[in-house]
Amino acid sequence: MTMRIVRLGLSRGLVEMRQTLTNGFDVFGYLLPALLLVGTLLLMRDDTIPGTDFSLGAHSLVGSLGMLTAIGGVMTTAQYLAMDREDGTLLRAKATPNGMTGYLIGKIVLVAGVTVIGCVFVLVPGMFLVDGLRLDMAGLLTLLWLAPLAFLATMPLGAVLGSLFDSARTVSVLMLPIIGVTAVSGIFYPITAMPGWLQGVAQMFPMYWLGLGLRSALLPGSLVVAELGDSWRHLETFAVLGVWSVIGLALAPGILRRMARRESGSAVAARRERALSRVTV
Amino acid sequence: MYYILDSVLDMTGSVLAAGDTVDTPRAGPVIEVRDLRMRYGDKEVLVGVDFTAAAGEVVVLLGPNGAGKTTTIEILEGFRVRSGGHVLVLGTDPADGDEHWRSRLGVVLQSWRDHGKWRVRELLAHLGAYYKDYSTPGRARPWPVDELLEVVGLTAAADTRIARLSGGQRRRLDVAIGIVGRPELLFLDEPTVGFDPEARREFHDLVHRLTDVDSTTILLTTHDLDEAEKLADRILILTRGQIVASGSADELSRQVAGESEIRWTCDGQRFVHSADDATGFVRELFRQHGDAIGDLEVRRSSLEETYMKLVRAAEGSA
Repeated sequence: MTMRIVRLGLSRGLVEMRQTLTNGFDVFGYLLPALLLVGTLLLMRDDTIPGTDFSLGAHSLVGSLGMLTAIGGVMTTAQYLAMDREDGTLLRAKATPNGMTGYLIGKIVLVAGVTVIGCVFVLVPGMFLVDGLRLDMAGLLTLLWLAPLAFLATMPLGAVLGSLFDSARTVSVLMLPIIGVTAVSGIFYPITAMPGWLQGVAQMFPMYWLGLGLRSALLPGSLVVAELGDSWRHLETFAVLGVWSVIGLALAPGILRRMARRESGSAVAARRERALSRVTV
Repeated sequence: MYYILDSVLDMTGSVLAAGDTVDTPRAGPVIEVRDLRMRYGDKEVLVGVDFTAAAGEVVVLLGPNGAGKTTTIEILEGFRVRSGGHVLVLGTDPADGDEHWRSRLGVVLQSWRDHGKWRVRELLAHLGAYYKDYSTPGRARPWPVDELLEVVGLTAAADTRIARLSGGQRRRLDVAIGIVGRPELLFLDEPTVGFDPEARREFHDLVHRLTDVDSTTILLTTHDLDEAEKLADRILILTRGQIVASGSADELSRQVAGESEIRWTCDGQRFVHSADDATGFVRELFRQHGDAIGDLEVRRSSLEETYMKLVRAAEGSA
């Protein structure tokens, strides 16, 4: 029985992932960051990482994958959750036997899939614009622990944040702090150029560590000189992302359960009413 | 409409041929509610609701807006925790209902708009699969998708994206999802809002089919008195958080005493009179005037009149 629910959850996630590739709105959502990044890479074509003659573009391309993963894990999860609450998807899951478990598995598959697809959309054109990307055995091994940990550190957090908001529209305010974190996390320019206290702030959030981990996997080892302490700091990366995972996993089940318990037909109807009155005003 | 009749006949045939019926009848009632109370802060929404529903019965909950219909149905569905009272649904307190209990219920709520990117058949197949583990020899779950599509009249729309369905089609899909697990008890909250007359008629046939063939118990809320009269084995009138009357449409109108209206002509003149004992009144009329009486008409008060009287009386006494 459990196997069936897992299978149903997986197929649910895959169906919804396929849907993101067959409608204009979602495809635009994939293309927009890719276009912005290509533009950025073109602008910094001739720049190099300070202290090296290595192109800054490769550094930024890999860093932006870290950014997309963090935004995907937190924002996409929060947005889907708020959306599914607003339109009754969550209540439908609640009305189905084991539907909530299937829903949750499906959502994890969907968010992970959508994030990976988003990264591919950026990576493919990016690879033609920058030199120096490489993936060896050690890099692959790094990706193998980094990718799951990235989702563990961000998705439960996104679920907690998403359940605090009542509509998909208000969730977008989360973008503001995320943009702030992005600006200080050394995504587009080495963090070593930041003042010390900003470096400290950046290192409290997952995004910096995701960027660092991906750079360690996809860039030549010699570029470590552009990092803090001239080290890839895998241990610290693992520790910080691990702490975020533990916090998220400790908070998410309780908050999600509380949110699900409160779902009812009249709650969905009330949110719908509010959404409609916003449209007419 | 014919495809519904056809499939009813098919289904009846196959059920009889297989020689088995639906689940063995339960000893107790399907729904048992005693002194149900609900309070939001200081506001008492339900102040002691009592009723039961037997297997295969269609019970209609009728009442003005804000009477507590939706609250009652949500408590029974296990979506809302009551403030007090005793409730059993399929022998289980909805507050402790597990997934197995959930698999025996069907729920159709007002105004869904979820899963807009899914296709009709795809979603029914997906949601139906959750019920497979709860299939019993007497009740094969889920309902085969193609058969279900035909029953609700969505065969032609099977591969349509749900967001593109018309309002009536969307409601029919909601009903299909509600019954995909072949529920023993089905909750319908305002099921035919937005239906055109034909769709409404087809929906009524579907309800009859569910109770006749699958002996599904149905609890539905509606504003439509005509619908209540057509579908209900029993009507419960809920106002101000209490059930003020219960019975078939006919019983209810008897309950509201002395309200038959008698019209007649006597020597070409028209008369109207209301009387408790219409038969006695008419007998007396003929005794006095004999052949002079013409165009006699006796009308028991309609469900609408009965309903309005009961609701007004309840509101006046509160």
